[in-house]
Amino acid sequence: MIGQLIVAATRILVGGQGMWVGTSPGDQQRIYFANHSSHLDTVLVWAAMPPALRGRVRPVAAMDYWGKGRIQRRIALGVLNAVLIDRQTRSSNPLEPLEQALRAGDSLIIFPEGTRGTGQLPGAFKPGLHHLAKNFPEVELVPVFLDNLRRALPKGSLLPVPLSCVARFGAPIHLEPGETKPAFLERARNAVVALA
Amino acid sequence: MNLPPLQPMHYLIGGVVELLFALTSFYCLREFYSLTPTHPSDHPAMAAAFYIFLPLQYWLVWIDWVTMLTILIPVYAFLILPVLSMVKGVTADYLQRVAKIQWGLMLAVFCISHAPALLMLNLGGVPPVNLLFFLITIVQLSDVLQYVAGKLVGRTKLAPNVSPSKTVEGLVLGGLAATGVGAALWWVTPFTPLEAGAMALAIVVAGALGGLVLSAVKRSLGAKDWGGMIEGHGGALDRMDSVTFAAPLFFHLTNYFFAH
Repeated sequence: MIGQLIVAATRILVGGQGMWVGTSPGDQQRIYFANHSSHLDTVLVWAAMPPALRGRVRPVAAMDYWGKGRIQRRIALGVLNAVLIDRQTRSSNPLEPLEQALRAGDSLIIFPEGTRGTGQLPGAFKPGLHHLAKNFPEVELVPVFLDNLRRALPKGSLLPVPLSCVARFGAPIHLEPGETKPAFLERARNAVVALA
Repeated sequence: MNLPPLQPMHYLIGGVVELLFALTSFYCLREFYSLTPTHPSDHPAMAAAFYIFLPLQYWLVWIDWVTMLTILIPVYAFLILPVLSMVKGVTADYLQRVAKIQWGLMLAVFCISHAPALLMLNLGGVPPVNLLFFLITIVQLSDVLQYVAGKLVGRTKLAPNVSPSKTVEGLVLGGLAATGVGAALWWVTPFTPLEAGAMALAIVVAGALGGLVLSAVKRSLGAKDWGGMIEGHGGALDRMDSVTFAAPLFFHLTNYFFAH
Protein backbone atom coordinates (compact mmCIF):
# COMPACT_ATOMS: atom_id res chain seq x y z
CA MET A 1 0.00 0.00 0.00
CA ILE A 2 2.68 2.52 1.02
CA GLY A 3 4.84 1.00 -1.67
CA GLN A 4 2.17 1.68 -4.29
CA LEU A 5 1.78 5.25 -3.02
CA ILE A 6 5.52 5.79 -3.33
CA VAL A 7 5.54 4.37 -6.85
CA ALA A 8 2.55 6.57 -7.81
CA ALA A 9 4.18 9.70 -6.39
CA THR A 10 7.42 8.84 -8.16
CA ARG A 11 5.58 8.37 -11.46
CA ILE A 12 3.77 11.72 -11.19
CA LEU A 13 6.83 13.68 -10.09
CA VAL A 14 9.74 12.16 -11.96
CA GLY A 15 8.26 9.55 -14.28
CA GLY A 16 10.65 6.74 -13.51
CA GLN A 17 10.29 4.75 -16.70
CA GLY A 18 12.53 1.69 -16.84
CA MET A 19 14.24 1.15 -20.20
CA TRP A 20 15.77 -2.28 -20.55
CA VAL A 21 18.39 -1.64 -23.23
CA GLY A 22 20.94 -4.40 -22.74
CA THR A 23 18.95 -6.98 -20.81
CA SER A 24 15.41 -7.80 -19.79
CA PRO A 25 13.90 -7.84 -16.32
CA GLY A 26 14.60 -11.31 -15.04
CA ASP A 27 14.59 -13.48 -11.98
CA GLN A 28 18.28 -14.38 -11.99
CA GLN A 29 20.37 -13.09 -9.12
CA ARG A 30 21.82 -9.70 -10.02
CA ILE A 31 23.63 -6.70 -8.67
CA TYR A 32 22.29 -3.57 -10.32
CA PHE A 33 24.87 -0.79 -10.07
CA ALA A 34 23.92 2.79 -10.90
CA ASN A 35 25.24 6.33 -10.95
CA HIS A 36 24.26 8.30 -7.88
CA SER A 37 23.20 11.96 -7.98
CA SER A 38 20.14 12.38 -5.78
CA HIS A 39 18.23 11.02 -2.82
CA LEU A 40 15.53 9.89 -5.24
CA ASP A 41 17.86 7.43 -6.99
CA THR A 42 17.09 4.52 -4.70
CA VAL A 43 13.33 4.90 -5.05
CA LEU A 44 13.56 5.55 -8.80
CA VAL A 45 15.48 2.37 -9.69
CA TRP A 46 13.16 0.43 -7.44
CA ALA A 47 10.04 1.96 -9.02
CA ALA A 48 11.42 1.35 -12.53
CA MET A 49 11.43 -2.40 -11.90
CA PRO A 50 8.38 -4.51 -12.76
CA PRO A 51 6.25 -5.00 -9.60
CA ALA A 52 7.11 -8.71 -9.43
CA LEU A 53 10.82 -7.92 -9.13
CA ARG A 54 10.49 -5.18 -6.51
CA GLY A 55 10.06 -7.63 -3.65
CA ARG A 56 13.26 -9.50 -4.43
CA VAL A 57 15.60 -6.70 -5.46
CA ARG A 58 16.94 -4.94 -2.39
CA PRO A 59 18.42 -1.44 -2.60
CA VAL A 60 21.55 -0.88 -0.57
CA ALA A 61 21.16 2.34 1.36
CA ALA A 62 23.36 4.36 3.67
CA MET A 63 22.40 4.01 7.32
CA ASP A 64 23.34 7.63 8.02
CA TYR A 65 20.54 8.81 5.69
CA TRP A 66 17.92 6.08 5.43
CA GLY A 67 18.30 4.84 9.00
CA LYS A 68 18.13 8.30 10.53
CA GLY A 69 14.50 9.29 10.98
CA ARG A 70 11.63 7.00 11.87
CA ILE A 71 9.82 7.56 8.57
CA GLN A 72 12.93 7.01 6.46
CA ARG A 73 13.68 3.87 8.44
CA ARG A 74 10.14 2.55 8.00
CA ILE A 75 10.26 3.14 4.24
CA ALA A 76 13.78 1.75 3.86
CA LEU A 77 13.16 -1.42 5.82
CA GLY A 78 9.42 -1.97 5.55
CA VAL A 79 8.75 -0.91 1.96
CA LEU A 80 12.00 -0.99 0.00
CA ASN A 81 13.36 -3.95 1.98
CA ALA A 82 16.69 -2.13 1.88
CA VAL A 83 20.02 -3.39 3.10
CA LEU A 84 21.42 -0.65 5.30
CA ILE A 85 25.17 -0.17 5.42
CA ASP A 86 27.16 1.90 7.81
CA ARG A 87 29.44 4.24 5.88
CA GLN A 88 31.22 5.37 9.04
CA THR A 89 31.97 1.95 10.42
CA ARG A 90 35.50 0.89 11.27
CA SER A 91 34.62 -2.78 11.25
CA SER A 92 36.79 -5.09 9.18
CA ASN A 93 34.16 -5.80 6.52
CA PRO A 94 31.56 -3.07 5.96
CA LEU A 95 30.13 -5.12 3.08
CA GLU A 96 29.08 -7.95 5.36
CA PRO A 97 25.30 -7.10 5.20
CA LEU A 98 25.49 -7.14 1.38
CA GLU A 99 27.25 -10.50 1.29
CA GLN A 100 24.68 -11.86 3.68
CA ALA A 101 21.86 -10.78 1.36
CA LEU A 102 23.63 -12.23 -1.69
CA ARG A 103 24.22 -15.53 0.12
CA ALA A 104 20.48 -15.59 0.84
CA GLY A 105 19.82 -15.31 -2.90
CA ASP A 106 18.62 -11.68 -3.00
CA SER A 107 19.46 -9.24 -5.78
CA LEU A 108 20.89 -5.84 -4.88
CA ILE A 109 20.84 -2.25 -6.14
CA ILE A 110 24.08 -0.47 -5.31
CA PHE A 111 25.61 2.92 -6.02
CA PRO A 112 29.33 2.17 -6.33
CA GLU A 113 30.37 5.82 -6.18
CA GLY A 114 29.49 5.59 -2.50
CA THR A 115 28.12 9.12 -2.41
CA ARG A 116 26.09 11.47 -4.57
CA GLY A 117 28.04 13.12 -7.37
CA THR A 118 27.37 16.47 -9.00
CA GLY A 119 28.50 15.88 -12.58
CA GLN A 120 26.53 14.48 -15.48
CA LEU A 121 28.71 11.35 -15.49
CA PRO A 122 29.47 9.20 -12.46
CA GLY A 123 32.68 9.69 -10.48
CA ALA A 124 35.21 6.96 -9.67
CA PHE A 125 33.80 3.70 -8.28
CA LYS A 126 34.68 2.47 -4.80
CA PRO A 127 36.29 -0.99 -4.62
CA GLY A 128 33.18 -2.61 -3.09
CA LEU A 129 31.78 -3.66 -6.45
CA HIS A 130 35.00 -5.49 -7.28
CA HIS A 131 34.94 -7.23 -3.95
CA LEU A 132 31.39 -8.49 -4.54
CA ALA A 133 32.13 -9.46 -8.15
CA LYS A 134 35.09 -11.55 -6.96
CA ASN A 135 33.24 -13.30 -4.15
CA PHE A 136 30.01 -13.89 -6.09
CA PRO A 137 31.15 -14.66 -9.65
CA GLU A 138 27.81 -16.23 -10.63
CA VAL A 139 25.83 -13.03 -9.93
CA GLU A 140 25.11 -10.85 -13.01
CA LEU A 141 26.33 -7.26 -12.72
CA VAL A 142 23.86 -4.99 -14.50
CA PRO A 143 24.86 -1.36 -15.18
CA VAL A 144 22.11 1.25 -14.74
CA PHE A 145 22.15 4.89 -15.78
CA LEU A 146 19.75 7.28 -14.08
CA ASP A 147 19.06 10.22 -16.35
CA ASN A 148 17.87 13.68 -15.31
CA LEU A 149 17.76 13.04 -11.57
CA ARG A 150 20.65 15.37 -10.87
CA ARG A 151 18.46 18.12 -12.34
CA ALA A 152 15.29 16.97 -10.58
CA LEU A 153 16.80 16.86 -7.11
CA PRO A 154 20.41 18.00 -7.09
CA LYS A 155 22.62 17.62 -4.08
CA GLY A 156 21.68 20.19 -1.48
CA SER A 157 18.03 20.70 -2.44
CA LEU A 158 15.02 19.27 -0.70
CA LEU A 159 12.21 19.77 -3.20
CA PRO A 160 12.12 17.52 -6.27
CA VAL A 161 11.29 19.32 -9.50
CA PRO A 162 9.02 17.29 -11.79
CA LEU A 163 11.16 16.10 -14.70
CA SER A 164 10.82 12.82 -16.56
CA CYS A 165 13.65 10.66 -15.32
CA VAL A 166 14.60 7.39 -16.93
CA ALA A 167 16.45 4.35 -15.61
CA ARG A 168 18.36 2.62 -18.43
CA PHE A 169 19.45 -0.95 -17.76
CA GLY A 170 22.45 -2.16 -19.76
CA ALA A 171 24.01 -5.53 -20.63
CA PRO A 172 25.39 -7.51 -17.66
CA ILE A 173 29.13 -7.66 -17.06
CA HIS A 174 31.33 -10.06 -15.08
CA LEU A 175 34.79 -9.94 -13.58
CA GLU A 176 37.15 -11.33 -16.22
CA PRO A 177 39.82 -13.87 -15.19
CA GLY A 178 43.00 -12.03 -14.30
CA GLU A 179 41.40 -8.59 -14.49
CA THR A 180 42.90 -6.15 -12.02
CA LYS A 181 40.76 -4.20 -9.56
CA PRO A 182 41.28 -0.74 -11.15
CA ALA A 183 40.71 -2.15 -14.64
CA PHE A 184 37.46 -3.81 -13.58
CA LEU A 185 36.18 -0.74 -11.74
CA GLU A 186 36.95 1.43 -14.76
CA ARG A 187 35.20 -1.01 -17.08
CA ALA A 188 32.14 -1.08 -14.78
CA ARG A 189 32.06 2.69 -14.69
CA ASN A 190 32.32 2.85 -18.47
CA ALA A 191 29.40 0.44 -18.75
CA VAL A 192 27.27 2.99 -16.86
CA VAL A 193 28.70 5.91 -18.85
CA ALA A 194 27.88 4.10 -22.13
CA LEU A 195 24.18 4.27 -21.18
CA ALA A 196 24.26 8.05 -20.67
CA MET B 1 -24.90 38.73 -16.05
CA ASN B 2 -25.38 35.07 -15.22
CA LEU B 3 -28.72 34.14 -13.73
CA PRO B 4 -28.40 33.19 -10.05
CA PRO B 5 -29.66 29.56 -10.46
CA LEU B 6 -26.84 28.89 -12.88
CA GLN B 7 -24.15 29.82 -10.39
CA PRO B 8 -23.40 26.49 -8.61
CA MET B 9 -23.27 24.61 -11.91
CA HIS B 10 -21.09 27.35 -13.34
CA TYR B 11 -18.60 26.95 -10.52
CA LEU B 12 -18.63 23.18 -10.68
CA ILE B 13 -17.92 23.11 -14.40
CA GLY B 14 -15.36 25.88 -13.95
CA GLY B 15 -13.58 23.99 -11.20
CA VAL B 16 -13.37 20.72 -13.10
CA VAL B 17 -12.24 22.42 -16.32
CA GLU B 18 -9.59 24.42 -14.49
CA LEU B 19 -8.24 21.37 -12.76
CA LEU B 20 -7.96 19.53 -16.07
CA PHE B 21 -6.12 22.41 -17.69
CA ALA B 22 -3.85 22.87 -14.66
CA LEU B 23 -2.88 19.19 -14.92
CA THR B 24 -2.35 19.61 -18.65
CA SER B 25 -0.05 22.57 -17.96
CA PHE B 26 1.80 20.49 -15.39
CA TYR B 27 2.42 17.65 -17.84
CA CYS B 28 3.37 20.01 -20.67
CA LEU B 29 5.81 21.88 -18.42
CA ARG B 30 7.31 18.61 -17.24
CA GLU B 31 7.78 17.49 -20.83
CA PHE B 32 9.30 20.81 -21.86
CA TYR B 33 11.80 20.93 -19.00
CA SER B 34 12.64 17.24 -19.35
CA LEU B 35 13.67 17.69 -22.98
CA THR B 36 15.43 20.97 -22.30
CA PRO B 37 18.98 20.69 -21.07
CA THR B 38 19.24 22.81 -17.95
CA HIS B 39 21.88 22.87 -15.25
CA PRO B 40 21.37 21.57 -11.68
CA SER B 41 21.75 25.17 -10.55
CA ASP B 42 18.48 25.95 -12.36
CA HIS B 43 16.70 23.85 -9.77
CA PRO B 44 15.36 26.87 -7.80
CA ALA B 45 14.01 28.51 -10.96
CA MET B 46 12.30 25.34 -12.12
CA ALA B 47 10.92 24.66 -8.65
CA ALA B 48 9.44 28.19 -8.64
CA ALA B 49 7.91 27.60 -12.07
CA PHE B 50 6.23 24.37 -10.94
CA TYR B 51 5.32 25.11 -7.37
CA ILE B 52 4.69 28.88 -7.38
CA PHE B 53 3.90 30.26 -10.82
CA LEU B 54 1.79 27.36 -12.12
CA PRO B 55 -0.63 27.28 -9.13
CA LEU B 56 -0.62 31.08 -8.86
CA GLN B 57 -1.55 31.51 -12.52
CA TYR B 58 -4.48 29.11 -12.20
CA TRP B 59 -5.56 30.76 -8.98
CA LEU B 60 -5.64 34.13 -10.79
CA VAL B 61 -7.75 32.53 -13.52
CA TRP B 62 -10.09 31.16 -10.85
CA ILE B 63 -10.59 34.53 -9.13
CA ASP B 64 -10.88 36.19 -12.55
CA TRP B 65 -8.14 38.77 -12.02
CA VAL B 66 -7.56 39.38 -15.73
CA THR B 67 -4.93 42.11 -15.39
CA MET B 68 -2.80 40.04 -13.05
CA LEU B 69 -3.11 36.78 -14.99
CA THR B 70 -1.94 38.67 -18.04
CA ILE B 71 1.20 40.01 -16.39
CA LEU B 72 2.15 37.45 -13.73
CA ILE B 73 4.37 35.34 -15.99
CA PRO B 74 5.40 37.86 -18.68
CA VAL B 75 6.41 40.42 -16.05
CA TYR B 76 6.96 38.93 -12.60
CA ALA B 77 8.19 35.45 -13.57
CA PHE B 78 10.29 37.09 -16.29
CA LEU B 79 12.09 39.13 -13.64
CA ILE B 80 12.22 36.59 -10.82
CA LEU B 81 13.31 33.41 -12.67
CA PRO B 82 16.65 34.79 -13.95
CA VAL B 83 17.40 35.95 -10.42
CA LEU B 84 16.84 32.41 -9.14
CA SER B 85 19.04 30.95 -11.88
CA MET B 86 21.80 33.38 -11.02
CA VAL B 87 21.92 32.68 -7.27
CA LYS B 88 24.23 29.66 -7.50
CA GLY B 89 26.70 31.67 -9.57
CA VAL B 90 26.92 29.34 -12.59
CA THR B 91 27.27 31.55 -15.68
CA ALA B 92 27.86 28.83 -18.29
CA ASP B 93 25.02 28.98 -20.86
CA TYR B 94 23.22 31.36 -18.51
CA LEU B 95 21.14 33.17 -21.15
CA GLN B 96 20.17 29.92 -22.91
CA ARG B 97 19.11 28.30 -19.64
CA VAL B 98 17.08 31.29 -18.52
CA ALA B 99 15.43 31.63 -21.92
CA LYS B 100 14.44 27.97 -22.00
CA ILE B 101 12.89 28.12 -18.55
CA GLN B 102 10.93 31.23 -19.56
CA TRP B 103 9.72 29.62 -22.79
CA GLY B 104 8.50 26.52 -21.03
CA LEU B 105 6.54 28.53 -18.49
CA MET B 106 5.06 30.85 -21.13
CA LEU B 107 3.90 28.04 -23.41
CA ALA B 108 2.85 25.38 -20.94
CA VAL B 109 1.32 27.58 -18.24
CA PHE B 110 0.66 31.15 -19.42
CA CYS B 111 -0.65 30.29 -22.89
CA ILE B 112 -2.63 27.19 -21.97
CA SER B 113 -4.22 28.88 -18.95
CA HIS B 114 -6.03 31.25 -21.33
CA ALA B 115 -8.29 28.39 -22.42
CA PRO B 116 -9.95 27.91 -18.98
CA ALA B 117 -9.80 31.69 -18.50
CA LEU B 118 -12.54 31.89 -21.14
CA LEU B 119 -14.94 30.52 -18.51
CA MET B 120 -14.53 33.68 -16.47
CA LEU B 121 -15.70 36.02 -19.22
CA ASN B 122 -19.09 37.67 -18.87
CA LEU B 123 -20.83 37.31 -22.22
CA GLY B 124 -24.37 38.36 -21.44
CA GLY B 125 -26.69 35.38 -21.81
CA VAL B 126 -24.20 32.98 -23.44
CA PRO B 127 -22.65 30.41 -21.07
CA PRO B 128 -18.89 31.02 -21.30
CA VAL B 129 -18.20 27.27 -21.41
CA ASN B 130 -19.51 27.46 -24.99
CA LEU B 131 -16.49 29.56 -25.91
CA LEU B 132 -14.12 26.94 -24.58
CA PHE B 133 -16.02 24.33 -26.57
CA PHE B 134 -15.74 26.58 -29.65
CA LEU B 135 -11.98 27.05 -29.20
CA ILE B 136 -11.13 23.39 -28.58
CA THR B 137 -13.44 22.18 -31.38
CA ILE B 138 -11.94 24.52 -33.96
CA VAL B 139 -8.33 23.91 -32.91
CA GLN B 140 -8.59 20.12 -32.89
CA LEU B 141 -10.81 19.96 -35.98
CA SER B 142 -8.42 22.23 -37.82
CA ASP B 143 -5.50 19.92 -36.93
CA VAL B 144 -7.42 16.85 -38.07
CA LEU B 145 -8.81 18.39 -41.26
CA GLN B 146 -5.40 19.79 -42.23
CA TYR B 147 -3.92 16.34 -41.76
CA VAL B 148 -6.67 14.61 -43.77
CA ALA B 149 -6.67 17.20 -46.58
CA GLY B 150 -2.88 17.01 -46.68
CA LYS B 151 -2.97 13.22 -47.02
CA LEU B 152 -5.61 13.40 -49.78
CA VAL B 153 -4.41 16.26 -51.98
CA GLY B 154 -1.23 17.54 -50.34
CA ARG B 155 1.66 18.10 -52.77
CA THR B 156 3.61 21.18 -51.73
CA LYS B 157 5.46 20.87 -48.46
CA LEU B 158 4.80 23.85 -46.23
CA ALA B 159 7.92 23.71 -44.07
CA PRO B 160 9.88 20.53 -44.85
CA ASN B 161 12.55 21.15 -42.22
CA VAL B 162 10.21 22.12 -39.44
CA SER B 163 7.22 19.83 -39.84
CA PRO B 164 7.69 17.43 -42.77
CA SER B 165 4.09 16.18 -42.85
CA LYS B 166 2.45 19.61 -43.25
CA THR B 167 1.43 20.71 -46.77
CA VAL B 168 0.19 24.01 -48.18
CA GLU B 169 -2.90 22.31 -49.64
CA GLY B 170 -3.67 20.69 -46.29
CA LEU B 171 -3.28 23.97 -44.45
CA VAL B 172 -5.51 25.95 -46.83
CA LEU B 173 -8.25 23.35 -47.37
CA GLY B 174 -8.31 22.05 -43.78
CA GLY B 175 -8.10 25.58 -42.42
CA LEU B 176 -10.95 26.80 -44.61
CA ALA B 177 -13.11 23.81 -43.67
CA ALA B 178 -12.49 24.46 -39.96
CA THR B 179 -13.30 28.15 -40.51
CA GLY B 180 -16.57 27.11 -42.16
CA VAL B 181 -17.45 24.85 -39.25
CA GLY B 182 -16.68 27.77 -36.93
CA ALA B 183 -19.07 30.05 -38.81
CA ALA B 184 -21.75 27.33 -38.69
CA LEU B 185 -21.31 27.11 -34.91
CA TRP B 186 -22.13 30.82 -34.45
CA TRP B 187 -25.32 29.97 -32.55
CA VAL B 188 -23.44 28.60 -29.52
CA THR B 189 -21.35 31.79 -29.32
CA PRO B 190 -22.06 35.48 -28.71
CA PHE B 191 -20.89 36.09 -32.33
CA THR B 192 -22.78 36.64 -35.60
CA PRO B 193 -22.01 33.99 -38.29
CA LEU B 194 -19.51 36.32 -39.92
CA GLU B 195 -17.80 37.11 -36.60
CA ALA B 196 -17.74 33.42 -35.70
CA GLY B 197 -16.05 32.66 -39.02
CA ALA B 198 -13.48 35.40 -38.44
CA MET B 199 -12.79 34.12 -34.91
CA ALA B 200 -12.41 30.57 -36.23
CA LEU B 201 -9.99 31.83 -38.89
CA ALA B 202 -7.92 33.57 -36.20
CA ILE B 203 -7.89 30.32 -34.18
CA VAL B 204 -6.91 28.28 -37.25
CA VAL B 205 -4.05 30.61 -38.22
CA ALA B 206 -2.72 30.93 -34.66
CA GLY B 207 -3.04 27.17 -34.14
CA ALA B 208 -1.16 26.34 -37.34
CA LEU B 209 1.63 28.78 -36.45
CA GLY B 210 1.77 27.40 -32.91
CA GLY B 211 2.15 23.89 -34.29
CA LEU B 212 5.01 24.99 -36.53
CA VAL B 213 6.80 26.99 -33.84
CA LEU B 214 6.61 24.18 -31.29
CA SER B 215 7.79 21.74 -33.90
CA ALA B 216 10.82 23.97 -34.53
CA VAL B 217 11.51 24.18 -30.79
CA LYS B 218 11.20 20.42 -30.47
CA ARG B 219 13.55 19.78 -33.35
CA SER B 220 16.10 22.25 -32.04
CA LEU B 221 16.13 20.08 -28.91
CA GLY B 222 16.78 17.03 -31.08
CA ALA B 223 13.48 15.25 -30.44
CA LYS B 224 10.69 13.97 -32.65
CA ASP B 225 8.00 13.88 -29.96
CA TRP B 226 7.66 15.88 -26.77
CA GLY B 227 7.11 12.78 -24.70
CA GLY B 228 5.54 9.36 -24.62
CA MET B 229 2.44 9.98 -22.54
CA ILE B 230 -0.03 8.76 -25.16
CA GLU B 231 1.07 5.76 -27.23
CA GLY B 232 1.43 6.80 -30.89
CA HIS B 233 0.55 10.43 -30.23
CA GLY B 234 3.74 11.62 -28.58
CA GLY B 235 3.39 13.71 -25.47
CA ALA B 236 0.90 16.16 -24.03
CA LEU B 237 2.61 19.09 -25.77
CA ASP B 238 2.23 17.37 -29.15
CA ARG B 239 -1.54 17.60 -28.62
CA MET B 240 -1.53 21.07 -27.08
CA ASP B 241 0.88 22.82 -29.47
CA SER B 242 -1.87 24.58 -31.47
CA VAL B 243 -3.78 25.51 -28.30
CA THR B 244 -0.76 27.34 -26.87
CA PHE B 245 -0.96 29.96 -29.62
CA ALA B 246 -4.70 29.95 -30.27
CA ALA B 247 -5.93 30.26 -26.66
CA PRO B 248 -4.37 33.63 -25.68
CA LEU B 249 -5.34 35.21 -29.01
CA PHE B 250 -8.94 33.98 -28.84
CA PHE B 251 -9.21 35.01 -25.18
CA HIS B 252 -8.06 38.56 -25.83
CA LEU B 253 -10.10 39.02 -29.01
CA THR B 254 -13.25 37.88 -27.18
CA ASN B 255 -12.47 39.83 -24.03
CA TYR B 256 -11.81 43.01 -25.98
CA PHE B 257 -14.72 42.91 -28.40
CA PHE B 258 -17.47 40.87 -26.74
CA ALA B 259 -17.14 40.68 -22.93
CA HIS B 260 -19.08 42.98 -20.65
